[in-house]
Amino acid sequence: MRKKVIFRGVALPYLLLVPQLAVTIVFFFWPAGMAVWQSTLRQDAFGLRTEFVAFENFLDLFGDALYLNAAWNTVIFSSSVAALALGAALFLAVQADKHIRGAGLYKTLLIWPYAVAPALAAVLWLFIFHPSIGLVGRAFGAIGIDWDYRVNGGQAMTMVVIAAAWKQVSYNFIFFLAGLQSIPTSVLEAAAIDGARPFRRFWTVIFPLLSPTAFFLLVVNLVYAFFDTFGVIHALTRGGPGNATETLIYKVYVDGVQNLNFGSSAAQSVILMVIVIALTAIQFRFIERRVHY
Amino acid sequence: MASLDIKGVQKSFGATRVLHGIDLAIADGEMVVIVGASGCGKSTLLRIVAGLETPTSGQVMIDGLDVTPLEPADRDIAMVFQTYALYPHMTVFDNMAYGLKIRGLPKAEIRQRVQEAAELLSIGQLLERKPRQLSGGQRQRVAMGRAIVRHPKLFLFDEPLSNLDAKLRVQMRAEIRRLQKRLAVTSLFVTHDQVEAMTLGDRLVVMHEGRAAQVGTPMEVWSKPADTYVASFIGSPAMNFLPATLVDGGAAARLSGGTVWRFTDGARPGGEGRPVTIGIRPEHLQQVGADGLALTVELAEPLGSETVLHGRLADGTALTARVPGVAGQEGVALAPEPGALHVFDAETGRRIDPGH
Amino acid sequence: MPTATIDVEALAAASRRRKARERFLTHLALILGIAVFALPIWITIVGSTHDTDTIGRGDVPLLPGTEAIHNYTTAWFQGGGGRNTFAVPASTMLWNSLIMAILIAVGKIAISLLSAFAVVFFSFPLRMVFFWMIFITLMLPVEVRIIPTFQVMTDLGLIDTMTGLTLPLIASATATLLFRQFFLTIPDEYVEAAKVDGAGPLRFFKDVVLPLSTTNIAALFVILFIYGWNQYLWPLLMVSNRDLETVIVGLTKMIGIGDTQNEWNLIMTTAVFALLPPVAVVVLMQRWFIKGLTETEK
Repeated sequence: MRKKVIFRGVALPYLLLVPQLAVTIVFFFWPAGMAVWQSTLRQDAFGLRTEFVAFENFLDLFGDALYLNAAWNTVIFSSSVAALALGAALFLAVQADKHIRGAGLYKTLLIWPYAVAPALAAVLWLFIFHPSIGLVGRAFGAIGIDWDYRVNGGQAMTMVVIAAAWKQVSYNFIFFLAGLQSIPTSVLEAAAIDGARPFRRFWTVIFPLLSPTAFFLLVVNLVYAFFDTFGVIHALTRGGPGNATETLIYKVYVDGVQNLNFGSSAAQSVILMVIVIALTAIQFRFIERRVHY
Repeated sequence: MASLDIKGVQKSFGATRVLHGIDLAIADGEMVVIVGASGCGKSTLLRIVAGLETPTSGQVMIDGLDVTPLEPADRDIAMVFQTYALYPHMTVFDNMAYGLKIRGLPKAEIRQRVQEAAELLSIGQLLERKPRQLSGGQRQRVAMGRAIVRHPKLFLFDEPLSNLDAKLRVQMRAEIRRLQKRLAVTSLFVTHDQVEAMTLGDRLVVMHEGRAAQVGTPMEVWSKPADTYVASFIGSPAMNFLPATLVDGGAAARLSGGTVWRFTDGARPGGEGRPVTIGIRPEHLQQVGADGLALTVELAEPLGSETVLHGRLADGTALTARVPGVAGQEGVALAPEPGALHVFDAETGRRIDPGH
Repeated sequence: MPTATIDVEALAAASRRRKARERFLTHLALILGIAVFALPIWITIVGSTHDTDTIGRGDVPLLPGTEAIHNYTTAWFQGGGGRNTFAVPASTMLWNSLIMAILIAVGKIAISLLSAFAVVFFSFPLRMVFFWMIFITLMLPVEVRIIPTFQVMTDLGLIDTMTGLTLPLIASATATLLFRQFFLTIPDEYVEAAKVDGAGPLRFFKDVVLPLSTTNIAALFVILFIYGWNQYLWPLLMVSNRDLETVIVGLTKMIGIGDTQNEWNLIMTTAVFALLPPVAVVVLMQRWFIKGLTETEK
């Protein structure tokens, strides 16, 4: 799509594009290219010699138990975050969409957590779940649950999932609410007259009409859980205990920044890029399909 | 099939009262059209009957049962919406079958009923399509079909034709009437279009500012409008109103310009000098010789077989006349057809019939 | 019909019960939801008004204490933290976060406005190539290319500078796409009128495009301000000079690994500081916020 009427001139548009393109090339394409190039290189232990190893870094990764562990963690973490954040948001949006007193206030009180940084959300939940100072953490201890997320991997995973999902609920809530409000009232009234009770109306009419929104949000939530939750993990567990909460993105950081294993870190970056490209492609294909409703 | 009784239904939204106590009894199999300008409360009344709104006071009775506290699902009614309100994610078949599935009818019977309705509406070949693949007229038919398959006690129509183009509207109008007669389902039809109201209804309810201004057959409402509002609302072009006073013991009216018109249907009560409003439909004015009411023509609209003349009387009152043939002169002299005069109280606007 | 009458009453009673129950459950669900959202914040705010020992002992307080003034002044002017880090005053960190967030938001909006204007209102060789170059950056979030980007920054000497902190983050495919989408809806007649009046493209940009875009700019600013304020990984990598510490990263650095030494009261106070600006922006600019959010994602 483009305009029929335009301005003439060639130098000016290039000039207008220069800032955006300069930033894009210097900080996006150059590093991305470097990542691809580095992913085919390997340095020796002392950083003295670098050799070209083609796909060996990738092959090593797929044979590396720690990397596979991180991949598995990412799957568990992302699907849990997405399921929890989507489920809670859908439930709350359906409630807030009803014509009840105070609906506006409820809405405002439900959307503000969007503004909380993931890392900050982690710190807030730490105050709740900390085994010695946290409200819930101590309560667990008091009733005899051996609660310490710093030692127990499963508990650590539960906690990062809760903190990461908590922050994302607001975002999903806003979109679900917008989706609900875009369903014509008369369609719901028609269903009521056809005899459908609220529960049935939800599953046979509202939910199917909401499914495009839900699918869009699923992709967004997965991207969020993959990439934006670095702060949650870094602030709460640093990938531990053991490697119980080490996700792919966290491992890139650990291998690149702490272990200085550039070749492997770059290969991991490339894999992540492929994942984002795939997710974005799915999302765009779906947007094209969504037009029909 | 059932009767519908609306008893003293009032509705307020906050401080705004939109219905001031409506009473209406609809017989089994009858089609009643509620007509009125937008904001007169006609849709609210329909939605109260459907159970989509709760009345502030009053009752809705279907077949003698008070259904006021019941939800729409428990009233056994079907409704056709202005926007059709088809389920966008379901096929035409599923749209029509939805209400039957909820009621737990056997699959075979659902299929049979949908087929029947589809045939009746000639949409049999569309059953596998989604609503977005249909034209406006087709969607309209599906919405009708969804109502028909249910075999409900009551059909409710909320301006179902207003989203169609003019030609299709006339066609669907006839079709709705034909179907309603054939199925003999009690129906309530809401519209703002007086032609639709006149052609569709066994009876009309003309609503004005939350009240039923008149209830009657189309011909009653047209020939004996209860007040000036109904008189001006029904009929096109609209009725002319002329200020006048009763003279000759109520047997005639003197218009403000001095012309005296005699009533052929009897004297009006109230006596000499009572201020009244005389109503005369444009088509009931005839061209006469020089002794008629002189109209200075400002605009002549030729319609072929007849001409609509817009002009002013000597005292400046605007008047419209519909006369046969071609008439485009600068001035014409007019007189009313016998028995065509309507008399209304000048203050209240209520109709004044001949006294005994 | 006596049987039918009973039927109606039973149905009516059932529907009344159902409605009452539903209304009750709706309110209950929303209040519970809000409570779950508010609980951590409440605990944090309450914690920020007690002294270290109260919290450290584990007597989780549920009501505000008396140390608020002490905690807030200490955090603001001196800062606090784990044993191994130098304290950075919250005022410094908040200032850095504010500058970073504003620079990122304004920078993104400015360069996106310019590039979208160029792409929509001009025709020139390689137009679509450039558009796709910008578009594809959607797929390269900073997290996936941190190490090489860090190396680029080192080469350019931008480590530990505000420029290094903000510049790489201001390229924005989403903002460009949003403005492009919006510019396409500006009627052709406006451009024709401008040409007839003899106004050049820059004048058209200033007098027509910018004023028409104010709502979109406001909506985008809210979203991007929050995006900038909440940056974590990039400042963590880029900044070692603690004078340039931002508040989100600074906060997590305050939490040491050995928990008993943590100055929990100051950590909670700093958390409140870190929370306040973006939450205030969302609550006060709710309308633009929702618009910005729902439209950038289309």
